[in-house]
Amino acid sequence: MIPASRLAPPLRASRPINLKTEPINGAKGIPLGNGQQLLSLRMAICQALDEEMRRDERIFVMGEEVAQYNGAYKVTKGLLDSFGPDRVIDTPITENGFAGLAVGAAMTGLRPVIEFMSWNFSFVAFDQIVSNASKMCYMTGGMFPIPLVMRGPNGAGPRVSSQHSHAVEALYSHFPGLIVVSPSTPYDAKGLLKTALRQDNPVCFLENEMLYGHEQDIPVAEYLIPFGVGDLKREGGDCTIVAINRCVHWALEAAETLAKEGISCEVVDPRTIKPLDIELIVESVRKTGRCVVVEECYRTGGVGAEIAAQLMELAFDDLDAPVERVTTTENPMPYAENLEHETLPKPHRIIAAVKKACSR
Amino acid sequence: MSPAKSRESTRQAGELPERERAAIRAEIGRERLLAMYRQMVLIRRFEERAEVLSGQFREGTRIKKIAGFLHLYIGQEAVQTGFRAHLDPARDATVTTYRCHGLALLVGIPPNELMAELFGKVTGNVRGKGGSMHFFSKEKLMLGGHGIVGGQIPIGTGAAFSAKYRKTGGVSVTFMGDGAVPQGTFHESLNMAGLWKLPAIYVVENNQYAMGTSCHRGVAVESIAAAKAPGYDMPSFTYDGLDLLASWKTAGQAVAAARGGQPVLVEAKTYRFRGHSASDAGLYRSKEEVDAYKKLDPIQRTRADIAAANWADDAAFDAVESEVAEIIAAAVAFADTSADPPSSDLSRHVYAEAAP
Repeated sequence: MIPASRLAPPLRASRPINLKTEPINGAKGIPLGNGQQLLSLRMAICQALDEEMRRDERIFVMGEEVAQYNGAYKVTKGLLDSFGPDRVIDTPITENGFAGLAVGAAMTGLRPVIEFMSWNFSFVAFDQIVSNASKMCYMTGGMFPIPLVMRGPNGAGPRVSSQHSHAVEALYSHFPGLIVVSPSTPYDAKGLLKTALRQDNPVCFLENEMLYGHEQDIPVAEYLIPFGVGDLKREGGDCTIVAINRCVHWALEAAETLAKEGISCEVVDPRTIKPLDIELIVESVRKTGRCVVVEECYRTGGVGAEIAAQLMELAFDDLDAPVERVTTTENPMPYAENLEHETLPKPHRIIAAVKKACSR
Repeated sequence: MSPAKSRESTRQAGELPERERAAIRAEIGRERLLAMYRQMVLIRRFEERAEVLSGQFREGTRIKKIAGFLHLYIGQEAVQTGFRAHLDPARDATVTTYRCHGLALLVGIPPNELMAELFGKVTGNVRGKGGSMHFFSKEKLMLGGHGIVGGQIPIGTGAAFSAKYRKTGGVSVTFMGDGAVPQGTFHESLNMAGLWKLPAIYVVENNQYAMGTSCHRGVAVESIAAAKAPGYDMPSFTYDGLDLLASWKTAGQAVAAARGGQPVLVEAKTYRFRGHSASDAGLYRSKEEVDAYKKLDPIQRTRADIAAANWADDAAFDAVESEVAEIIAAAVAFADTSADPPSSDLSRHVYAEAAP
């Protein structure tokens, strides 16, 4: 059997010439023939929602500006027209309220999807996510599982400074009971969201504003991607780079540069942080002997800290160098362009970390 | 405004004249009123027993079978009893605070299961994973049992949303204390319910103290429901929550409104006879005050009502007591002889077990 991790298609995007540069959105992909369609990442999410809402009437979408405005980032474009105001619901600015409402709806037979316009705003709903959604199944002895998808953009936006630039993978992975998904491509986003909508746990589905326009050729035929199965975004032999979400693209850029200098990097995309495909990471590290983890979370208690600890436990003898972490630096996001650039785990910092790991 | 003045108005809020009491009694009917009386006695005796088993009474040998927090509903029984009588558990959801023993018994969760949960046994209501604050029933749509003040209010709102979405005709009743009113979830939930006309009933059980902070020190207005409801386009009801007849009557009106798609805010002026939790020494209120409210004990008042209608004699009341005593003795025996949860339960139910 081909492992699911090897099934992801390449990052190729075949944009038809007649489309020019206009942005594409909505649930309907651009047909490419050969069973392929072109989707942007925002379309991949929209298409997953559209398909799953057609097959399951218990699913509804709720959040700020998701209906009439078609989504603050146009992710839910067209859903109101397709499913009507009973199933695509604009809320007031009331995150703690609608997050908790969704928990109550999930306890009484529905499968809510709530959009945080940004995961930064999920902090307002933290109590409902942590005290209610994540614990309900356990503290009711399994009586009340919570089939709930919470989704929205995560990580730094374009020059939006301190309060709008958090990455929350590490934060929400901390709590047992939550599933944390952080896709980097349209293919992964669609397959993972469809899985999220067919299972019974609360899912933090972390998108990225900067990737919404990212395009990819993906199959028209239905597919699902299971949780806990990572993907190799690039194969290589000298150093493993584990990268999450937007950092996958920075890692690929860094790997390209490093290849020209004779360093061959393998880029592992875990796709879900919880559960984490540590087997795939270990397998790669056994091959390369070196590992750099790249994430937009902070260094202290970050996903990189967790992966480094697990590698110490599981692959101590396979490591030829300490695990390097490239994270958001430990400061609130500054506005100034040069400072923002230095704060984020961009390719120049990844390149330096890989060279350090490889003693180059 | 002095606290004393407010308490006075509380006490007098529901002094229904005897003629009106007789009319409500007639509407309820003998069987239903006796059944509610029995339910209140069951809650009271269950909790009195739990209190003893939590080791709070140190006369002679200290008994410590129940650990953790133990928030008792003693004194407030008439509120949820009156509401429960109007609900259809097949479609009407209820949710409450950590003070949840009463509601659990009212919706019909077996006392054995509840006592076993207090004992932390695998036969408990939630397999020993929740304890006193987390009683639930999927079958009876009791959505908890919640430990964060105000955290349950959006859940009740979600149940109302769900009933409307699924067109079940059901309503939800969300119980909370006066201490939840200053929380953001109160405002956010009532705003959504008012905006979307959800079939939701919000019941503030104003027992006058948020832990040790009197309502006057925590809420900016004196009359919670009357002052707040207009802000959410809702009607309000305020009544004497220590009076079962007033509770039943008000609940009927509130449930009818919600069933018609009109959310409502209800304030039951009540009083807890015990501390906030079993460890509360109660230094923030006087013994005189507590004793004055104990004279308004909802169980005694209901008993007086039943007697006034000649619907039961002393022997019948005694029979209720013995029947309830047997149920509780059986529950304690069941809990005591039940097994602890197996170690394998530690990691069970963190995630849902059902296949997608």
